[in-house]
Amino acid sequence: MLSPEERREIEAEFEHYPHKHALTIDAMKVVQKHRGWVSDEALKDISELLGVSVDELDSVATFYNLIFRKPVGRHVIMVCDSISCWMMGYDRLRDHLVKRLGVKMGETTPDGRFTLLPIVCLGTCDHAPAMMVDEDLHRDLDTEKIDSILEQYT
Amino acid sequence: MEKVLTRDVPADGSAFDIKRYELAGGYQGARKALKMTPKEVTEIIKQSGLRGRGGAGFPTGLKWSFVPGGPHAPHPKYLCCNADEMEPGTFKDRLLMESTPHQLIEGMVCAAYAIEADVAYIFLRGEYFLSAERLRIALAEAYEHGYLGKNILGSGYNLEMHLHLSGGRYMCGEETGLLNALEGKRANPRTKPPFPQISGLFGKPTIVQNVETLCNVHHIINKGPEWFKGLSRSEDGGTKLYGASGKVKRPGLWELPMGTTIREILEEHAGGMKEGLKFRGLLPGGASTDFLVEEHLDVKMDFTEVQKAGSRMGTGTMIVMDDRTCPVGFVKNLEHFFAQESCGWCTPCWSGLSWAEKMLASIECGEAQEADLERLAYICRFCAPGNTFCALAPGAVEPLQSALKYFREDFERHIREKRCPWR
Ligand SMILES: Cc1cc2nc3c(=O)[nH]c(=O)nc-3n(C[C@H](O)[C@H](O)[C@H](O)COP(=O)(O)O)c2cc1C
Ligand code: SF4
Ligand code: FES
Repeated sequence: MLSPEERREIEAEFEHYPHKHALTIDAMKVVQKHRGWVSDEALKDISELLGVSVDELDSVATFYNLIFRKPVGRHVIMVCDSISCWMMGYDRLRDHLVKRLGVKMGETTPDGRFTLLPIVCLGTCDHAPAMMVDEDLHRDLDTEKIDSILEQYT
Repeated sequence: MEKVLTRDVPADGSAFDIKRYELAGGYQGARKALKMTPKEVTEIIKQSGLRGRGGAGFPTGLKWSFVPGGPHAPHPKYLCCNADEMEPGTFKDRLLMESTPHQLIEGMVCAAYAIEADVAYIFLRGEYFLSAERLRIALAEAYEHGYLGKNILGSGYNLEMHLHLSGGRYMCGEETGLLNALEGKRANPRTKPPFPQISGLFGKPTIVQNVETLCNVHHIINKGPEWFKGLSRSEDGGTKLYGASGKVKRPGLWELPMGTTIREILEEHAGGMKEGLKFRGLLPGGASTDFLVEEHLDVKMDFTEVQKAGSRMGTGTMIVMDDRTCPVGFVKNLEHFFAQESCGWCTPCWSGLSWAEKMLASIECGEAQEADLERLAYICRFCAPGNTFCALAPGAVEPLQSALKYFREDFERHIREKRCPWR
């Protein structure tokens, strides 16, 4: 069941669109904000509210990069692997993160603290290489900087 | 050199709020526009020669004139601001949204009025949290001060404006993919015709326009088409946000007269190549443009001249490659992006691009044969404009086909030596 808060946040968007169907992505993002990810259970809840089939919700969910259909850690690290960051040292940063966290790209640390993911160009190519942790953008990175950034997230 | 779009960008990284914006002359363009007829506004934009800054460079006023107007036009009509900005190497719209959000809103009010739109959406990339926060504040301020909502500035014109955060996918930036995404669907493209100007969002007339394009609109209304043309050093009017990333001394973003040469941007603004490195080539306007090399450095960065040189100005943010970066690895990185972001709607794109990526990987690690270069060229031909549903695939092969032309020897050397000579 959607929590009253989730329901309120989704319904607040109703008046911005002529059809409830337009809210599939927003609704999944609301749920993800509260639960960390979008489970099959969550799809059912949203389906009831919006009148969109679970199957269609799933096809939308899997199309978009920012909707997680599997659980993630408390913090999601997204490292830009696009061209300018690649030229400015992406490989080195990735290897460093993989070693420090002891997980591969796409995995979550056993303590559930971090999930490590690649992301496409973060639109800050003049400060490459870059990564995002949750909603924070970190730029002009090197391995030392990464170490001190990781400490900020418990 | 007159700055227009970035004149009021606060040096401390803060946002220009409504008080400062109004003091600096903000919303005067909207006031002026709302006193004209929508047709007159469109006509001014047409005369200015403003061309879209999202990559394709289509004339903005002309696009608006395709929208049915007058008392019998279907409503609601929509204006969508394309703030998806996901093309690798592109980083210009973010600055405008983070620093001068009201500039975008004012441009959108004028554009929406010109096409008699009832509702406007800002389709924002999901990762741009700071832009989202600042746009949300600015939207609330604009409503509060009567620049949005019912009866704007007593003109009788009504406009609602909403912010939508994307779920994240490169295809959301494609005009019709964006409309599907806003309708809560997968961002597959739509067949044209009907064009969105006639039947777009929710089946109603719609204009999709880039952030930088929209930010120009109210300035043109305020100061006139001749002023706008005079800002430029070339046929295409206005200023342009140019950027450089990669192996230059001072990567960055600069507003300069349209038609500034590549050499001037590279040497004067970006400070030349990093110490000890030599220039090898560049993509002039994002990942989906053809390489330009040494012989093109004096080309003026505008839509016409860059096209004459065999590439596209695209978004005007260039990616600069040096002599120690492997061109094969460079193109492999790009094709990985395009293959991953292909929506899968048509075969040359979804199958061709991942095939290209695999072949580039095998060239890189020395397992390819001479014939593979022919196969890569073949994929490029099959992804040419007209062979696929949307412009993603033709854009994807632009850097590849030009790399095969300018850096062929590097590809051949990988094959001959059975290894990457750059490692
Ligand atoms: C795959 C793909 C992605 C695109 N991404 C963007 C984008 O992020 N922002 C943008 O303004 N235009 C993007 N475009 C271009 C749009 O389709 C469209 O031409 C543009 O938004 C029109 O606005 P303009 O005339 O103001 O440039 C993209 C095109 C394609 C094919
Ligand atoms: S060209 Fe690629 S992205 Fe465009 S419709 Fe075809 S498969 Fe989809
Ligand atoms: S390439 Fe990494 S931010 Fe653009």
